Amino acid sequence: MKQAMTPEEIKEQKPYLDWSLSEDEYNYISDTLLGRLPNYTEAGLFAAMWSEHCSYKKSKPVLRLFPNKNDRVIQGPGEGAGVVDIDDGQAVVFKAESHNHPTTVEPYQGAATGVGGILRDIFSMGARPVASLDSLHFGELDDSTTRMKVDGTVRGIGDYGNCMGIPTIAGETTFDPCYQGNVLCNAMSVGLMDQKDIQQGKAAGVGNAVMYVGAKTGRDGIHGATFASADFSDENATQRSAVQVGNPFMEKLLLEACLELISKHPDWLVGIQDMGAAGIVSSSAEMAAEGKSGMDLDLDLVPQRETGMSAYEIMLSESQERMLLCVNKGHEDDVRKIFDFYDLDAVTIGRITAGHQYVLRHDGQVVCDIPVSSLTDDVLEEESTEHKPVRITVAEQEPVWRPKIDDPAATLRCLLAQSTIADKSSFYQQYDSQVRTSTVVGPGSDAGVLRVRGTHKGLAMTTDGNGRFVYLNPEVGGQMALVEAAANIVSSGAEPLAITDCLNYGDPNDPEIFWELHQSVKGMAAACRIFDTPVISGNVSLYNENNGQAIHPTPMVGMVGLVKNIDRVVPSFVQQAGDQVYLVGATRDDYAGSELQKMLTGKISGVVRPFDLDGVHTTMRHLLHAMENGHVASCHDLSEGGLGVALAETLFKTDRGMNLDLRNLTGAQLFSETPGRFVVTVQPDHVPAFEQDLGDAAQLVGTVTNAHWLEAHLADSDLNLSVGELQQIWEEAIPCQMKSKD
Amino acid sequence: MTNVRIFVTYKQSVFDPQGETIKDAIHTLGHDEVTAVKVGKFFDVTIDATGAAVDQSVKEIADQLLVNFNMETYHYQVLEEAE
Repeated sequence: MKQAMTPEEIKEQKPYLDWSLSEDEYNYISDTLLGRLPNYTEAGLFAAMWSEHCSYKKSKPVLRLFPNKNDRVIQGPGEGAGVVDIDDGQAVVFKAESHNHPTTVEPYQGAATGVGGILRDIFSMGARPVASLDSLHFGELDDSTTRMKVDGTVRGIGDYGNCMGIPTIAGETTFDPCYQGNVLCNAMSVGLMDQKDIQQGKAAGVGNAVMYVGAKTGRDGIHGATFASADFSDENATQRSAVQVGNPFMEKLLLEACLELISKHPDWLVGIQDMGAAGIVSSSAEMAAEGKSGMDLDLDLVPQRETGMSAYEIMLSESQERMLLCVNKGHEDDVRKIFDFYDLDAVTIGRITAGHQYVLRHDGQVVCDIPVSSLTDDVLEEESTEHKPVRITVAEQEPVWRPKIDDPAATLRCLLAQSTIADKSSFYQQYDSQVRTSTVVGPGSDAGVLRVRGTHKGLAMTTDGNGRFVYLNPEVGGQMALVEAAANIVSSGAEPLAITDCLNYGDPNDPEIFWELHQSVKGMAAACRIFDTPVISGNVSLYNENNGQAIHPTPMVGMVGLVKNIDRVVPSFVQQAGDQVYLVGATRDDYAGSELQKMLTGKISGVVRPFDLDGVHTTMRHLLHAMENGHVASCHDLSEGGLGVALAETLFKTDRGMNLDLRNLTGAQLFSETPGRFVVTVQPDHVPAFEQDLGDAAQLVGTVTNAHWLEAHLADSDLNLSVGELQQIWEEAIPCQMKSKD
Repeated sequence: MTNVRIFVTYKQSVFDPQGETIKDAIHTLGHDEVTAVKVGKFFDVTIDATGAAVDQSVKEIADQLLVNFNMETYHYQVLEEAE
């Protein structure tokens, strides 16, 4: 770094504009918060801490719509991750985070460090991470750059998780042209802990030590937080130095060292926080703010692997695998010994002070002396203007699109080869889903399920987000995101507990995009209330644009559910011949935003119609009741591709078939995507109990057979398909496209 | 014909876990005098051209294929110019 600018030069030359700090914000900081001009280091810290990524200044008013409490929630948003009571003194800890921008630029390292970052959030709470999930959205596979990105991202997730020994047990991957220049990579981590071990990101107690532990600091990822809050354009190639490289083996050591400290020596530790976006500054300032303390740090003591780093670079570096601890005075050496054993640096870099000043020293000089709250709490919330997009008003006037399906067999074959529907095993086979040997249901099912060792409980988990519905109708699309996640959890026999989210949108300064954000959060919040699944953690990723083209608004829901009896986990594929097949939930003509529409017309259009949220919730409750009493043999929820695709999926990898009477459905309705529906099979002797639980919501449609054949009579046509043939189409679609040389 | 050796290395500020691990392994051999290890790779390329045309070829190959400019940089040597 060259000679830093003077405060006056900063005022004149306005370098902060390049760091995404506005002139109004700069003036507010100078005039109101500090009463003087900030120096170079201070201006850099403000820019990072006041970025949307750290401060949520744009999205906060909207995020307040979410419910975040119920009887089970122990820790809601605001800490490293949310914590939920799962009885027996145990808790599940989970959070999802986006790493969209780094993954777009450098897929392998971007995805890997995304996984690494979210794992640190989990173990900074005192929990051991037990499972990873992901939600990936790419452009279409007919583009060679996209294929490279897919390959890099999947390898990055797999390598990091596999090296750490944490199974990746569920997730989703979808493809749409809107993600071509800006992929979405959302990583979720789930941890388990005893409630007594819960930690906070807090620094308090005058004289207590601020300790830096983990890997050394380099110049990697400077300004990652502000980078995440700026959109891409092709000329922006120089920004690309902001990519960090992860080292999972170091993270494994950090994990073990931190958990040893937390579980064996809780009296030494006051607080602990991951150094995530905006590195040392965000972790230390947030911990000081949480503890209502002052802090004095000497940056010369920070372990560094490069020479000549400026204060600004040290504070904003996003080097991976680092944590910040607040340690009770007198225990610094004890803590150091633990980390020494794991070959990790553990250095006291400062102390908690009386008052509320945030003081940084470097090369013998004070380089920053500002109130803690100015970085964390005084951020100017931004008023946003919003209005309904013209495209939605126009769509509301247009006639509803209704497909005419003469040959449903041919349509089903084509749908199964659509990249969003087709088999993803070529991706998830690269993930170790079995390590730790607690996996009951791995990838490829509705939800992943883990057993909680030493108990009879299990945890079900899923990630879901479908930007197409949200694009066409943000409010209803937001509801559908939650309903889809809940349907996946219930399908496996678990009760939905709570959710985390990643809100992926375009530039919120565009009033239409802000409207999408607001409406979709409103929809999600309403659904969260009805399903009693509060939002306990999450993150917001805005500015997902490429050359001015925004992605579809894509809120991702990560849901965790509780399986009360692990022996009653319900598989997603059919079991015995002779079992009765039920369709649960009513089917309407819902084609707007469907895979069928995308396939037949090449685009999505129309209005996604509202649906009966309460009704869907009641049906799911009844279904879960039947499952918990052992009346359900298999259950699969209906999503992309509707009933047709779901029926095929329940038969894949079995030797069975089905004989169905679907004469109240047309060929087109076979592919309608009405939310909140399930294909359920029931053993004959459980039929009366099942029908009593479900009532009118379940409609008997046929029988599981021993022929590997899908036979169905529809209102306007018949289906007669070899399951083996369908499975081959489904399995080969993605590997064939990935190998394409075009 | 020209033989060219293209060296691809991490950029200055990019963390090199492999180099760090090798350095630790060297220390276990007792060579504490080794203070840093950086890992890179090189490509020996034979090009049917000479002079400025070689520079042009190398630049294009490196830009488009051999180097990941998010993390890496490169330099090259002309080893010999054959007939």
